[in-house]
Amino acid sequence: MAALGPQAERTRLAAAGARSVTRAAILSGQPLKDVIKGRIFFALLLLALGLSLLGLAALILDAVIDGRSMLSLDLLTNSASRISPETAGYANAIYGTILLIGGVLVMTVPIGIGSAIYLEEYADRTKWWNRVVELNIQNLAAVPSIVYGILGLAFIVRGPLDLGFILFAGSITLSLLVLPTVIIAAREAIRAVPPSIREGSFALGATRWQTVRRQVLPAAIPGIATGVILAVSRAAGETAPLLLVGAATFVTFDPTVFGDNGYTALPVMIFNNAKQAQPEFHVLAAAGIVVMLAVILLMNSFAIWLRNRYEQRW
Amino acid sequence: MEARDAIGASRAIGAGGGPSRSLQAPSPRYGEKAIEAVLGLCALLSVVTTTAIVISLLEPSIEFFGQVSLKDFLFGTAWAPTFTPPEFGVLPIVLATVVTSFWGLLVAIPLGLGAAIYLSEYASPRVRKTIKPTLEVLAGVPTVAIGFFALFFLRPLLEDLLPFLPWSGPQAAGVAGLAVGLMIVPIIASLSEDAMSAVPMGLREAAYGLGATKMRVATRVVLPAALSGIVASIVLATSRAVGETMIVLLAAGASPNLTVGFTESVQTMTAFIGQTATGDIATGTVTYYTIFAVGLLLFVMTLVLNMISIRLVRRFHEAYD
Amino acid sequence: MTSFKWLTIVACVSVLALGVTACGSDDASSGGGDDLSGTIRIDGSSTVAPLSEAAAELFQEEQPGVKVTVGTSGTGGGFEKFCAGEIDISDASRPIEEDEIAACEKNGISFEEVQVANDALSVVVNPENPVECMTVEQVSQIWDKGSTVDSWGDVKGLEADIGDESMALYGPGTDSGTFDYFTEAINGEEGVTRSNYNNIGEDDNGVINGVAGDPWALGYVPYSFVEESAGKVKPLQIENPESGECVAPTLATVQDASYVPLGRGLFVYPSGEALQKQEVLDFLTFYIAENDPITEAATFIPMTEAQKEAAQQKVNSLVEG
Repeated sequence: MAALGPQAERTRLAAAGARSVTRAAILSGQPLKDVIKGRIFFALLLLALGLSLLGLAALILDAVIDGRSMLSLDLLTNSASRISPETAGYANAIYGTILLIGGVLVMTVPIGIGSAIYLEEYADRTKWWNRVVELNIQNLAAVPSIVYGILGLAFIVRGPLDLGFILFAGSITLSLLVLPTVIIAAREAIRAVPPSIREGSFALGATRWQTVRRQVLPAAIPGIATGVILAVSRAAGETAPLLLVGAATFVTFDPTVFGDNGYTALPVMIFNNAKQAQPEFHVLAAAGIVVMLAVILLMNSFAIWLRNRYEQRW
Repeated sequence: MEARDAIGASRAIGAGGGPSRSLQAPSPRYGEKAIEAVLGLCALLSVVTTTAIVISLLEPSIEFFGQVSLKDFLFGTAWAPTFTPPEFGVLPIVLATVVTSFWGLLVAIPLGLGAAIYLSEYASPRVRKTIKPTLEVLAGVPTVAIGFFALFFLRPLLEDLLPFLPWSGPQAAGVAGLAVGLMIVPIIASLSEDAMSAVPMGLREAAYGLGATKMRVATRVVLPAALSGIVASIVLATSRAVGETMIVLLAAGASPNLTVGFTESVQTMTAFIGQTATGDIATGTVTYYTIFAVGLLLFVMTLVLNMISIRLVRRFHEAYD
Repeated sequence: MTSFKWLTIVACVSVLALGVTACGSDDASSGGGDDLSGTIRIDGSSTVAPLSEAAAELFQEEQPGVKVTVGTSGTGGGFEKFCAGEIDISDASRPIEEDEIAACEKNGISFEEVQVANDALSVVVNPENPVECMTVEQVSQIWDKGSTVDSWGDVKGLEADIGDESMALYGPGTDSGTFDYFTEAINGEEGVTRSNYNNIGEDDNGVINGVAGDPWALGYVPYSFVEESAGKVKPLQIENPESGECVAPTLATVQDASYVPLGRGLFVYPSGEALQKQEVLDFLTFYIAENDPITEAATFIPMTEAQKEAAQQKVNSLVEG
């Protein structure tokens, strides 16, 4: 007679598992050990994905929990306040971030895609200067953001461009920071387009540019979109270079792109709030993080839609 | 659409049975040359940027090395440029950068690649369309947020999970490294997934046709085919990890200890630059110039790393089709 | 339409709505009274910034036409911009240095050091710690360069006997004015300090959290962090070197100068050129006159009447001179 209790339960489960694996092995015609390996592999993949998503969820939850007392639509419409943090908001910072990111998009998308097209389609890779450019771009991706701040201060705000402490200078600095990401991602996307597509196009008499514009680029849009998403997300979340290039930490009016009245950005304000002694500001910082995530999601949505629309598998 | 038009046009030309045409382009195609020039200029911008960075770093660095010997800088083991008397041995902060990046990559590569393989090979298109953008939100979290998350959430959590480690203060190199890893997961995951998706289905189908299991197709066929993109994503992620400032500043601290301990507070090169550049040091002093010297060193280090990686990638690049 | 098309439309509409509401939140300029307009740029120390921010906010309530911005590039960064004529007022947590004075003179920028608040640097311990009072000498024993104090028992002459509990030390960033002031007041010279302690870097809250989390920890922070910590840490009384009495850091003891040597003043540096603008002059007068609500908002110690008068004198002399 079969014993009852946990021992029996375990045996039952073990038997069920063995039955399912054996059935899968017989039905799929694969050796048993491959089926087991396959399942373990699949479980590991799910674990990897799960841990990443768990990390993100923990981050978001942590911010929501810490900032819950201040989460309201007032955050979007109120200005910063030192006197009364309970009613403070991020309105001007959100506007500043949106303007900054707009500038980054306008600059990095054409220049990034243009560089990538040149390096992949036109450049002769045996020539040494093209290899130098490649190495250059890869290296620029590793330069710390603060060094771009130093660069911005020396050459864009002062120096040859001499723009002063305006929002546009911040946009340029951030664009230079994330341009390597866009270029590298775009290059990989263009490289992944099968050569047969290009050759077919040439065979039909198209010029190189026509091929690029009509065949290669549309095929590469998903990868380029990913690069742009990652780049713009990073630019939106950067604090250090903006501080050096003149972003203020306290601004109570809406900035303009070329005006020299001053501007600020969401992450700069969040950082400033988190550093304060008063605990109300810590709550405000957590609420700011939630706002930031919402802004990022909104910004990414368009690129994601674009990517999904142009996706294709060869 | 365009291909169909082109085919129709060529059929028309062929059917017209006109005189034999030369294979030369009928006009010198100035438009093409102009486009090539414009694109080339775009690429040149990166060189201009690097030159500008090097210039802005070089001059103050030269001032710096006029007062501090290169040997002391590169081989000294005590980093205290703001103390009296100051010490300029850069090893502690270099080691800190290496250690935190190491932990970051240790976390990000398995997680990122695992997620990428799942999304590309196993997930249904609907799942993929939701999860990929969700992961990419992680790339948009401000680094200050991740830094505070590491400080107030990860650190207590890890102390609970691993109580046998010698935890002391609230800042720890390993915790900062893990947080950096979490931040760069979307870079590896998203770009690798793009690379794997771009592998032609024909390759997979051929493998299945030969009786390969899904796991084998994913690891032996798709992964090697997409290797160039995957390696590019890892190199990009490494660059990002090495250059990260805010997370390490908040979560690893500002104590330049020469140690590889997971639980020790350390100061990375970027944290030093970030803190000192926005601190109260007077510009124009030797202490201030250390920012540029460290920046230059970081630039050179990543240059060497990238040169090595480019060589490696070239050797392993596989082209299909 | 696909779901993402809806998402895009929603996104665009919400961005537009955001823009409208953001524009709507602009202060409507009310007529009447002597309405000023213009911009005032302030930058510099992040310690003094809360004061300038409070002043800016209160001033803008009275004069909505004036746009005041406050930045935090650090005292050094602030002075650099100040001496280049790029900002109107520099927030400073330390006095201006020789190189900076030279730079200002070279560009013809005249300035004055105007006090705006008082601060009490506090040595803090965990509330469970029985020690209440320390002498400057004892603090120096702990913090001086080459100090071998590892546990509480090593400190000579403590009122309470703690035995061999090991002492964890926390200090703010070594590039900050707080660090400069503390090392000079306690160890006799700026920048002279032991090197093996937890340097928490950017965020002074790190000292509070570190000390609150360890019953035998010790650290030093500006007054506002102690006040706002709501009992998480206990500020030590420091024995006044002259009177021999233990003095706690409070508003009264700083104002009557009995909390020495760790009571300090906080300053801003306006430029003569900026003061030619009516709005800047009004702002500074406001800053000094409304000292009480401003320091309360930023949790600093207000100035005495005598200090306020002296500050106003300096402003007036700069306007005339």
